[in-house]
Amino acid sequence: MTASADIQAGRLRPDDYVENFNDVHPPLDRKRAVIEASRCYYCYDAPCVEACPTGIDIPSFIRKIATDNVKGSAVDILSENIMGGACARVCPTEILCEGECVRNTQEEKPVKIGELQRFATDRLFESGAEVFERAPSSGKTVAVVGGGPAGLSAAHRLSMLGHDVVVFEARDKVGGLNEYGIAAYKVPHDFAQREVEFILSLGGIDVRCGQAIGKDFSLSDLRRDYDAVFLSMGMAGVNALGLENEDLAGVVDAVDYIADLRQSGDLSKLPVGRKVVVIGGGNTAIDIAVQTKRLGAEDVTLVYRRGKDNMNATWHEQDFAQLNGVKIKHWAQPTKLIGKDGQVKEIEFEYTQLDDKGRLMGTGDHFTLLVDQVFKAIGQTFVPTPLVNGSADVLELAGGRIAVNEDRQTSLPDVWAGGDCVAGDDLTVAAVQDGKVAAMAIDRRLRG
Amino acid sequence: MADLRCNIAGVQSPNPFWLASAPPTDKEYNVVRAFKAGWGGVVWKTLGEDPPVVNVSSRYGAVNYNGTRMAGFNNIELITDRPLDVNLREIKQVKRDWPDRAMVVSLMVPCEEESWKRILPLVEDTGADAVELNFGCPHGMSERGMGSAVGQVPEYIEMVTRWCKKYTRMPVFVKLTPNITNILHPARAAKAGGADAVSLINTINSIVTVDLDAMAPTPIVGGKGAHGGYCGPAVKPIALNMVAEIARDPECGGIPISGIGGVSNWRDAAEFISLGSGSVQVCTAAMHYGFKIVEDMADGLSNWMDSKGYKTLDDFRGAAVPNVVNWNQLDMNYECVAEINQDLCIKCGLCHVACEDTSHQAIFAKRVEGKRHYEVNVPECVGCNLCMLACPVDDCITMVEVDNGKPYMNWLQDPRNPANIKAAE
Repeated sequence: MTASADIQAGRLRPDDYVENFNDVHPPLDRKRAVIEASRCYYCYDAPCVEACPTGIDIPSFIRKIATDNVKGSAVDILSENIMGGACARVCPTEILCEGECVRNTQEEKPVKIGELQRFATDRLFESGAEVFERAPSSGKTVAVVGGGPAGLSAAHRLSMLGHDVVVFEARDKVGGLNEYGIAAYKVPHDFAQREVEFILSLGGIDVRCGQAIGKDFSLSDLRRDYDAVFLSMGMAGVNALGLENEDLAGVVDAVDYIADLRQSGDLSKLPVGRKVVVIGGGNTAIDIAVQTKRLGAEDVTLVYRRGKDNMNATWHEQDFAQLNGVKIKHWAQPTKLIGKDGQVKEIEFEYTQLDDKGRLMGTGDHFTLLVDQVFKAIGQTFVPTPLVNGSADVLELAGGRIAVNEDRQTSLPDVWAGGDCVAGDDLTVAAVQDGKVAAMAIDRRLRG
Repeated sequence: MADLRCNIAGVQSPNPFWLASAPPTDKEYNVVRAFKAGWGGVVWKTLGEDPPVVNVSSRYGAVNYNGTRMAGFNNIELITDRPLDVNLREIKQVKRDWPDRAMVVSLMVPCEEESWKRILPLVEDTGADAVELNFGCPHGMSERGMGSAVGQVPEYIEMVTRWCKKYTRMPVFVKLTPNITNILHPARAAKAGGADAVSLINTINSIVTVDLDAMAPTPIVGGKGAHGGYCGPAVKPIALNMVAEIARDPECGGIPISGIGGVSNWRDAAEFISLGSGSVQVCTAAMHYGFKIVEDMADGLSNWMDSKGYKTLDDFRGAAVPNVVNWNQLDMNYECVAEINQDLCIKCGLCHVACEDTSHQAIFAKRVEGKRHYEVNVPECVGCNLCMLACPVDDCITMVEVDNGKPYMNWLQDPRNPANIKAAE
């Protein structure tokens, strides 16, 4: 990222950075939480529970808020989802629990389950109460590769069940996408690290940062030294546009930029273009579009090659981007990056449509946008090579990711995997569930 | 536009909405504000003998339910703590300034003829329309042999009422306590003593909450609490029943009733009037929201009466009384069953779990094409209404009458009645 006249840091007044990257949804206070909780009907066979990948007993935790049993409420949540605090902030509740709330049918206004979950878990964290304890030691050890939501979920559950866990994390901090990938205004104020501290406070989890599989150790090493292995290294690869000039300055991987933004101690030092184009249709595209706008970019245009309904970002996320002044253009794909003196200046798009057989095709018509920064957010990929490096063991893949059965067990009997490195919804909550399910399966196997 | 004018035991008011004897009617300032807001009358906060009583600090407690404040309310306040002559002077002034409004004065003096004989002429001199004998206050005054200590002994009620009728020309209302086992006994005593009307209910003995930190009942006075008088929306069902009991009792002889207990809106008032009340008295709702609420009470009652074609309050007063019967007069052959409107159902499952866990296992929980589906198991349904009451959607579950072709048959006629089995043998 080369700073030039059009890519500058410090576009805003200092107060604006604080405001723009503060909590996007202010937390409920007690009074509001109780009122909202009282809207819950306490359904039998509640549809929201079925819609939650971690199966939290939602009516129960909400009722406990209404009765002022907030500790009990938080325990209900965290027992099923140890990252209930993060999920309360980042889950696309509009397509999960809240999307199924029976109040939608009645009044098109679901109970604010996510905000209530945040209320309960925040209160517990503030109280500092210790609510989980470890079972007597099993004498078994488990290696977890990758300290993101799946890995931390597995580690916590395994430790609770009495096993000793070592978490190997390639980066400087654990937390995974909660720490490096989620939009800053969704998890502000160092929340991700506070949640990690809460999880690790259980004990029995040894975190080793700067330790990458395939470099510092191999899968075979882990299988030799530990009773079981859980792989949760996420997706390390980023899809390229496949255009010439992709190495021009100003053409940036959204994932890298967001990681820089999340780790930046001072957002006013982060350069951002005046005219920004984002390519992609998922949550990463939305997150980079909104965050660059909030860093002071003047025009942010998100271009997606298909229609509104095809976007991976939910309708709620799309609305949110538009509310933030992001312009969304559908049905166009990039065809040319045009630079000057090594810096991207223009990007050409071709309009797209579906042909008779429903395949995407260019229409032959083009348009060009002036641009200072182009962000690529067209998906990430699982990179299997580290698993192979220095290892005699071979894991089966499925669809380019690690193949697992319903227990999240891989083709190797003592290796499990979960999170973004296996197929499924690429959601924090799904990763947490993977870790939980795998941990319980590992426990069953270790106890024979 | 319906005529809301009210006449109860000769006391006239432009509408049936009176403020009950309580803090809102303790002094001229409040009562004038109430009359400006449109209240039809007041029962002035209970007068006693000088020296005035002394009230404590911290006086009210409440039951908040599911986000609703003051669903129930209680107090440990005593009668007026202002000198008698101040109250009498203000009553006289207000009645002079607001001649069309009902001015009833509540009284509580020791259970001695001389005391009543002394105070009644003083009240009569104010021009007040009537007196209301406070035989109901359940806290504090009862420890001194007044209030509910009198109201719980029918003989005392009759005796004091007789004294009052002897010493004043004003109509005498007797305010009854609900803290008894059968409301008819005190009501009949009042009637026997010559009362012109009864007012009910007074407040119910209560502890509204226990402060679990202080380990004391609320309201807390210096670390301790005393039982107080319970009122507000939560007590309305108890009051309606007692009003109905009196209204349908032949011995009470149609004595006029001023209904009290949780009246918060026009609908509550209409219910009291349908069970035979003349005026209704309000306190908690005004203490919660201020005097302005009377505007909707009058407006709403009038609009409802128009929609029903009732021109005056008498057109529907007591209209529900003939339909309040003893259980043994109910039709044993009547049958109804629950019916779920599937188009309105939001799939919460509350009907199923309520019936499954606590009633008759008469609602199936199914999945139809993967979707939740709740369906009545008609042969098992006893028509208890629980599902309809638990359902959060209006009119989604209705109770439908089953035409079984059977004639009316009450329990006394029922061959399953053991008394009839014995008679048949």
